[in-house]
Amino acid sequence: MTEKNDFEPTIVGFTCNWCSYRAADLAGIARIKYPPNVRLVRLMCSGRLDPTFVMKAFAEGADAVMITGCHPGECHYLEQNYKALRRYLLLRRTLVAMGIEAERLHLAWASAAEGIQLAREITEMVERVRTLGPLNWHLNGSQPEVTNEAAGKKLQEIELEVTS
Amino acid sequence: MTKDNGGIPQEKIGVYVCHCGTNISATVDVEDVAQWAADKLEHRGVVIARDYKFMCSSLGQELIENDIRELRLTRVVVAACSPHLHEKTFRTACENAGLNPYLCELVSIREQVSWVHTDKVAATAKSKAVLSGGVERVLWHEPLEAMSVPIHPATLVVGGGIAGIQAALEIADAGHPVYLVEREPSIGGHMAQFDKTFPTLDCSACILTPKMVDAGVHPNITLMTWAEVEKVDGYVGNFDVTVRQKARKVITDLCTGCGICEEKCPKKVVDDVYEAGLAYRKAVYTPFPQAVPNYPVMDLKNCIYFDTGKCKACEKFCPTNAIDFEQEDELIGFQVGNIILATGYDMFDARKMSNYGYGRLENVFTSMEFERMCNASGPTEGNIVLRDGVSTPKAVGIIHCVGSRDKNYNEYCSSICCMQSLKFAHLVDERTGAQVYNFYIDIRTPGKGYDEFYNRIVEEGTHFVRGKVAEVTNAARLNGEKEKLIIQVEDTLIGKQRRIPVDMVILSAGLEPRHDAKDVAKLFGISCSADGWYIEKHPKLDPIATMTEGIYIAGCVQGPKDIPASVAQGAAASARVLGKIQQGEMKMEPIRASVIEAQCSGCRICNDLCPYNAILFHEDTMLSEINPALCQGCGTCVAACPAGAITGTGFSNEQVLAQIEGLLMSV
Ligand SMILES: Cc1cc2nc3c(=O)[nH]c(=O)nc-3n(C[C@H](O)[C@H](O)[C@H](O)COP(=O)(O)OP(=O)(O)OC[C@H]3O[C@@H](n4cnc5c(N)ncnc54)[C@H](O)[C@@H]3O)c2cc1C
Ligand code: SF4
Ligand code: SF4
Ligand code: FES
Repeated sequence: MTEKNDFEPTIVGFTCNWCSYRAADLAGIARIKYPPNVRLVRLMCSGRLDPTFVMKAFAEGADAVMITGCHPGECHYLEQNYKALRRYLLLRRTLVAMGIEAERLHLAWASAAEGIQLAREITEMVERVRTLGPLNWHLNGSQPEVTNEAAGKKLQEIELEVTS
Repeated sequence: MTKDNGGIPQEKIGVYVCHCGTNISATVDVEDVAQWAADKLEHRGVVIARDYKFMCSSLGQELIENDIRELRLTRVVVAACSPHLHEKTFRTACENAGLNPYLCELVSIREQVSWVHTDKVAATAKSKAVLSGGVERVLWHEPLEAMSVPIHPATLVVGGGIAGIQAALEIADAGHPVYLVEREPSIGGHMAQFDKTFPTLDCSACILTPKMVDAGVHPNITLMTWAEVEKVDGYVGNFDVTVRQKARKVITDLCTGCGICEEKCPKKVVDDVYEAGLAYRKAVYTPFPQAVPNYPVMDLKNCIYFDTGKCKACEKFCPTNAIDFEQEDELIGFQVGNIILATGYDMFDARKMSNYGYGRLENVFTSMEFERMCNASGPTEGNIVLRDGVSTPKAVGIIHCVGSRDKNYNEYCSSICCMQSLKFAHLVDERTGAQVYNFYIDIRTPGKGYDEFYNRIVEEGTHFVRGKVAEVTNAARLNGEKEKLIIQVEDTLIGKQRRIPVDMVILSAGLEPRHDAKDVAKLFGISCSADGWYIEKHPKLDPIATMTEGIYIAGCVQGPKDIPASVAQGAAASARVLGKIQQGEMKMEPIRASVIEAQCSGCRICNDLCPYNAILFHEDTMLSEINPALCQGCGTCVAACPAGAITGTGFSNEQVLAQIEGLLMSV
């Protein structure tokens, strides 16, 4: 890994086949630029997101994971993205408990028409993770840097942010 | 989860990296990527890695086909454009060369790499990572066969507006049975309410009524009006439909449509649907004289007998004893192979924009009220008059885009209101000679003959004021404003505030999804946008199909559009259905989930997760089973099964986990 100041994070992004992957296609077609740090995995639906996929990505060296799907109410399988939302909230709790900053997992909705928005989400995510620095939790052993209290507060904020 | 085979590759993988002219090669060093794959992924089974100018061209495909034959490739990975564009192309190439098409993986280094990045070094590195993910993934691919299901020859059409009528007639004319289900007492939809239709100004009834009659008497059409679909089970080819036929309280076999019951019924009700609130109907009624079918229905909420237990005037006077107060709702079940939804639109409620005064200022009308007023068989017999029913307006203001192109209401353009406003301008001019002012944001007339129509209206002397109207008020301030409606607007062409006094204001209200669009979408298992318009399979290339196989959409249910476009969609949807019927059976993508019985613990967690009720629980064996014809392959159950007992073909855990490993292998 490089020095923290010129650190380039590696991020795995999960997309659903119908909206967010198409948003990524659209960003391409419209030549909208975003940093090359995110590598996408296409699933049929965000509902397919098995929590182990996220864990696997972290275990294999991803500094962060992004989950994307259709907007609530627009999932092509009716409402499976709500299930993804629930899993996401749970996953963040788990990550915090494991000593991984909650910000390393991010959920974003993007419709097939929202190439610009998806590119912006990716750019912002990369920025955030650049500031966080590399994920080296396996080097630190299992000592969470975040206190339970701080983590709890953070999670409350996050839940408010995604559910509102 | 890389497929470990003790260092000896079992599969023979061909890797093909596309330049896409310079679309990819300008930002990605494609030769380097191919060379890297040949060197660094050899131990994963890559036996050949090539780069080529245009992989999707016939020469590019031949390259792959020859390699499959000569090198006996067992897997193919193409690094090129998005799978949404050319996955099928490369799968077909594999199939042509005798390789199962599902053993091919397409990774996108164009939309997801070269087009969105600028740094060539980083883009090349990312391409390698993405390619490596594809190689790891393809090792876990399995040969799949497309599934085939039989197609029942009958079709359900929901909604009897012009789009639904057209669709039903096309299919019926081709010799196949159609069930046409309409919620109102008659088919016809919005078009039945109009007098003239733009841009030709032909009489709406003259062109619509013959089609309505055809649909009513067609031997292949089972027409059910005053009816709604209550339940839909099954899947493409074999839907089980249950329709609730609401009690008309009229025995249709006996009724001759003479209209005596309606004449004798003492109860008057404001007709909010057909007459847009401008006139009355009775409690037993046919909505309009040309209604199809021509039997009346009884509106139980307003019937005096159902309210007080006394009256039955209709029964007394009916010459054929066709009134039956005991008649109950009936549930009718049948099977169809395909479904077309053509449930149309609702009008934006102009009351919501209180600054325009509708509902408060007497002589502010909605567009639908005005349509009825223009109609020769409407409440004013085609006379354009003020609310008092007698005075002819001397000046009329028509406000465009009411509730459309407005962040506070609907952001979209309702597409028909400019033309409809121009039509109104013409009708006012022709019938009253009044001064007409059109208040517009932009004039949008992109249809055939539409701009010509606009020019014609300009030449007729209609005034055009460019600006979004701020307010309609009756508070007179200046000379000549007394007892007038004053339209306050910034005329953006001259950069001035103007107050224009008129006698009548018409609000060209926008089109909105049906108020119950979301419930209906849910009933049929399709999705709608946040607005509520139904989502097509592809906005450009497949505006007729939905994501749910066997369910098509036509007309305004998909988004605001004019009559020609609605008719075209109705016809297009029927052509798609006819194609399916013709085939007798259809192939379906084998992306499906299935339960590995030996691993299922019978916990039933998956059972409620499926949006299509595809998961069945066998009480006897205590095992869950997935109906592959119902499953659409979203994968939610696969992710949820705590026992890991469900696999998702095409998107298995192994495939995804291996891909993640590949993506993150240091390059
Ligand atoms: C004021 C005005 C003027 C217009 N003038 C013109 C014109 O001059 N020229 C032109 O080209 N276009 C015009 N249009 C546009 C035109 O109205 C539409 O293009 C056309 O009517 C769309 O037809 P449709 O069949 O899609 O929908 P609709 O006409 O809305 O028909 C839908 C049908 O489905 C039924 N339905 C709804 N929900 C259900 C359900 N759940 N179950 C069963 N049935 C259901 C409804 O009762 C209705 O009969 C005008 C529109 C407006 C608002
Ligand atoms: S019972 Fe009376 S009110 Fe009801 S429909 Fe018959 S006549 Fe009309
Ligand atoms: S969730 Fe898994 S274990 Fe539980 S019933 Fe469904 S398939 Fe069987
Ligand atoms: S299909 Fe996009 S989230 Fe379900």
